[in-house]
Amino acid sequence: MTRAALLVLADGRFPAGGHAHSGGAEAAVRAGRITDAASLESFCRGRLHTSGVVAACVAAAAALGVDPGQLDRAADARTPSPALRVAARRLGRQLMRAARATWPSPELDALASRFPKGAHQPVVLGLAARAAGLGPLDAAYCSLYEGVSGPATAVVRLLGLDPFDATGVLARLSDDMDRVAQEAVETGERVVTDGVDVLPARSAPLLEIGAEAHAAWAVRLFAS
Amino acid sequence: MDRVRTAPGGVRASARVLARGDGRGGTVLPVLEGDGPLAVRRTRGSGAEARVMLVGAMSGPLGGDHFTVTARAADGARLSVGSAAATLALPGQDKAGARYDVRLGVDEDAELNWLPEQLISADGSDLRVTTSVDVASGARLLLREEQVLGRAGEEPGRLTSRLTVRIDGRCVLDQELACGPGAPGGWDGPAGLAGHRAVGQLVVVRPGFATGPPAARVFEEGAAVLPLAGPAALVTAVAPDALRLRRLLDGALASLD
Repeated sequence: MTRAALLVLADGRFPAGGHAHSGGAEAAVRAGRITDAASLESFCRGRLHTSGVVAACVAAAAALGVDPGQLDRAADARTPSPALRVAARRLGRQLMRAARATWPSPELDALASRFPKGAHQPVVLGLAARAAGLGPLDAAYCSLYEGVSGPATAVVRLLGLDPFDATGVLARLSDDMDRVAQEAVETGERVVTDGVDVLPARSAPLLEIGAEAHAAWAVRLFAS
Repeated sequence: MDRVRTAPGGVRASARVLARGDGRGGTVLPVLEGDGPLAVRRTRGSGAEARVMLVGAMSGPLGGDHFTVTARAADGARLSVGSAAATLALPGQDKAGARYDVRLGVDEDAELNWLPEQLISADGSDLRVTTSVDVASGARLLLREEQVLGRAGEEPGRLTSRLTVRIDGRCVLDQELACGPGAPGGWDGPAGLAGHRAVGQLVVVRPGFATGPPAARVFEEGAAVLPLAGPAALVTAVAPDALRLRRLLDGALASLD
C-alpha cells in the first residue's frame, strides 16, 4: 500500500479524460436546477448517494479481484441511460490507457483485450488501483471523489461559480464520502462471497433523463 | 384466511396468480388466490387475454405489514393484471416499516401486462417495495410502476422501491429509488427528483427489440425512453403529480409503436 500512488490516481490531472465530463452538471445547469453553491451541493450529495455509491462499490469489488466481466454487466444493468453507458465506457477506455502506461499489469492487459471498446470506468478504476498496489478503500475513495469533484469543477466553468465556494462544497461532502467509502468496501467484500447481485442499485431519475437530453444537444461544453 | 398471520409486527398476506394458455388460443387461470387484504378477481378480458384485478389494496400496507404478490404467465398465456385502486402506504402503530414484494415470471411465448394503479406514500409511512421480474427469451412484458410522494399537499413518507428485471437469467435492469424523510441525502435535489412528487417507470420487453431497439430520446422533458443492454426498454419519468405522470408514461409508450 502506498499513499503516494493514491494521490497520483486521485489527482484531477491524471490523464484519464475526466475533465471533459460534467457528471450531469451541464444538463442540470441548463435546466435551471443548479444555480449556486447550495444547489450544487444538493446535486453532488444526490449523485454521491446514487450513481456514486454504485460506482464506488463496483470499484471496491474490482479492487478485491471480482471478475470484471460480471461487474461490467452489473454496471450496465444499473445504468439504464445509453448515453451514460457510452460515457462510462469511454472514460473506462481512457483510464485504461493511462493506467497501463503508469502501472503496467497483466490484469489490466487482460481487461483491455476483453473490452476493446472500454469497460465501465469503475471496473477499470478498481483494477488500476490493484495495479498501483492500492486497496478497495482507496478505489472507493477515488471513485467517490471523482464523482463529485467533476461536477463541482464543471459548475465553476458553467456558472462562473467562485472556485472557493465549489471547493467548500466538496469539503462539506467529506463526512458522507467517508461513510459511503466504508460501506463500499463492506459491499465489495460481500460481492466476493455472494456475487454481484448484492451491489446497490440506487438511481437518480433526473440524472438519467438529463443525460439523454444532454446527449441530443448540438453544442455542449462537456461530453456528458 | 389461514395464511394471514397478525404477528406483533403486522399482517402477512399474499396473492398468487398463475396463467396458462389453454391450447385453443385462450388463457386459463389454474391459480387465482389471495388472502386478507389482498384479494384477486378475474374480470372480463378481451380475446386471448385473461384479466385479473387486485382488489382491496386501499387497506394498506401499514407499518409492520408484509405483502407478497406472485404472478406468472406460462405456456402461451396472455395475462393482464391491474388494481382496483391506488395502493396507499400508511404509518402503522408498529414502528417497523412495511414490505411489499412482487415476483413476476413470464415464460417463452407468454405475455404479461402488469399495470397496477399508483403507490402513494403517505406522511409518516415507511415502505420497502421490491419488484423482481424473470422473463424468458421470446416473452413479452409491459410493466408500469408509479410512485406518488404524499397525498395532495402532504409530505411524503419513506419509500424505497427496487426494480429488477432478468431476461433469460441475465439482469438487464436493477434500479432502486429511495425517497422521503431519512432517505440518503440529495434525493429531492437537482440530481434526484427536484421537487417532483410523482415518479414512474415502464419496462417494455419485446423480442423484436433484440434486432430493432427503440431509439433513446427525451419525451416532453420529464421522461426518457432508454433502451437497455438487452431486448428491453425503460421509460423513466418525473412529474409534478400523478395525473401528469400517467400522461407522460402513456405518451412515451405510444411512441414505441
